[in-house]
Amino acid sequence: MKNWSDKLSPAVKDIPPSGIRKFFDLVSETKGVVSLGVGEPDFVTPWHVREACIYSLEKGYTMYTSNWGLLELREEIARRLYDDHMVKYNPRDEVLITVGVSEAMDLALRAILAPGDEVLVPEPCYVSYSPCVSLAGGVPVNVHTTLENDFRITAAQIEEKITPKTKALILCYPNNPTGATLSREELMEIAKLVNKHDLIVISDEIYEKLTYEGEHTCFASLPAMQNRTILLNGFSKAYAMTGWRLGYACGHPEIIAHMTKIHQYTMLCAPVTAQMAALEALQNGTEEMLKMVAEYDRRRKLVVKGFNEIGLSCFEPKGAFYAFPSIRNTGMTSEQFAEKLLVEAKVAVVPGNVFGENGEGHIRCSYAASVENLTEAIERIGKFLKNNSLCQRCG
Amino acid sequence: MCKTDLEIIDILENNSRIRPEQIAAMLDLEVAEVENRIKALEEEGIITKYLTLINWEKTCQETVSALIEVKVTPQRGAGFDKIAERIYRFPEVKAVYLMSGGYDFSVLIEGNNMKEVALFVGTKLATIEDVQSTATHFVLKRYKQEGVIFDDKEQDRRLVISP
Repeated sequence: MKNWSDKLSPAVKDIPPSGIRKFFDLVSETKGVVSLGVGEPDFVTPWHVREACIYSLEKGYTMYTSNWGLLELREEIARRLYDDHMVKYNPRDEVLITVGVSEAMDLALRAILAPGDEVLVPEPCYVSYSPCVSLAGGVPVNVHTTLENDFRITAAQIEEKITPKTKALILCYPNNPTGATLSREELMEIAKLVNKHDLIVISDEIYEKLTYEGEHTCFASLPAMQNRTILLNGFSKAYAMTGWRLGYACGHPEIIAHMTKIHQYTMLCAPVTAQMAALEALQNGTEEMLKMVAEYDRRRKLVVKGFNEIGLSCFEPKGAFYAFPSIRNTGMTSEQFAEKLLVEAKVAVVPGNVFGENGEGHIRCSYAASVENLTEAIERIGKFLKNNSLCQRCG
Repeated sequence: MCKTDLEIIDILENNSRIRPEQIAAMLDLEVAEVENRIKALEEEGIITKYLTLINWEKTCQETVSALIEVKVTPQRGAGFDKIAERIYRFPEVKAVYLMSGGYDFSVLIEGNNMKEVALFVGTKLATIEDVQSTATHFVLKRYKQEGVIFDDKEQDRRLVISP
């Protein structure tokens, strides 16, 4: 082949690579780095889950499962959703096991979008939403949340961007990268709007269990919303199971049937080994999960206080495991700041602009790290700010 | 004893070197309050000592430990406690537990070598008046102690940056 470039799909070529990639290479080449750049738990999957998985292998669970996933797992998921949020899903045709929420998001978008359909994507947000919308033939329309509003999206902001072409709204609360959550009342306002404009909501609730203040409200549990919601969730964050790649989608039988069609032709089924592990996590993992959540909560407070003390203004995240402090006063872009911080202080953070253009002026710091590392990182950042006369409090 | 105290001892039990400032930040408290609570916990004997967990097998120091099952005849009026005291007063004895089941006390003994431990059992422990019998089990290897796995092969395998 002479020139691959001519042969590539324009749709794929048009998508920029994730901004995180470039920074990843830079961090990997630097030695002695304390990283706050990791978007996954620092806990290893609880042993009882790993042990159950090993046992399943010994028993010979190495085959395909049904396209939908193991019925036992779907039943357990449905039971849990009912217990936690009073939403009822039929495990037989309203729950689909996927390879992470990532696949579920892709399936949902591909199943609903016609060319040119618009999808509202509140930003800053996880890096994959807009590219996935584009790849599915849709048009991502960003709705900017702001620091002034603690990065909570409001119904009014959403309504401004609604056009006759708007088909769906993506919600992700608790939010990566900001740690913002939405209250039941705020979600109710959004629900009204969704009804009024006949929209679909794709609700990515992967950080659900990591809610530290107030109760998490499942979007599908709001009046009349279950029918309009494609609920996405998984095991990565709550049960420290990122590498197992296991998630699920719940929704009306018709949308789930169409998502399953894509899933059966592209993925066939999620890995049985991961499904067996997830079953164990749901059945016996609550206690250990709550312990991890309590530990994140302590670290959250430590980090927020630490940042504010060294003069890095930080609003208090209410969920997930990220702090999203502002670096606007330094006069640097978030990429400049992150690079300088890496080189001079050997602390890795993720520049906020990779999560959308209005993430600019912020850095994402994960507190899924040990207390020792967090303390060390805060100290290093404090010195860095002082050495560069960037401390916002000291002027 | 309130929830806050329990949280403080939970944190300290895992890391006794953590600073009051850090605990204060983690629990949303004033530093002075944390210090006062720790002091009170010490005075009440809830926090009894700050120790260091050492993997002796990695040092040049040779030590031997043994778990001894001890059967005794409880004394009238004093029950097991009086006999337990006679046992735990010996500095060689590192831990004593009253057990349910086939024997009465589980006694952990440490010494420089097997002979020393055997001698202690034979001359000091077995000769206590109310002790009926002893069974000595030497520890061959310690895999985990106080919830800590020695020689843990698990490490942070995460990518340094991920979305």
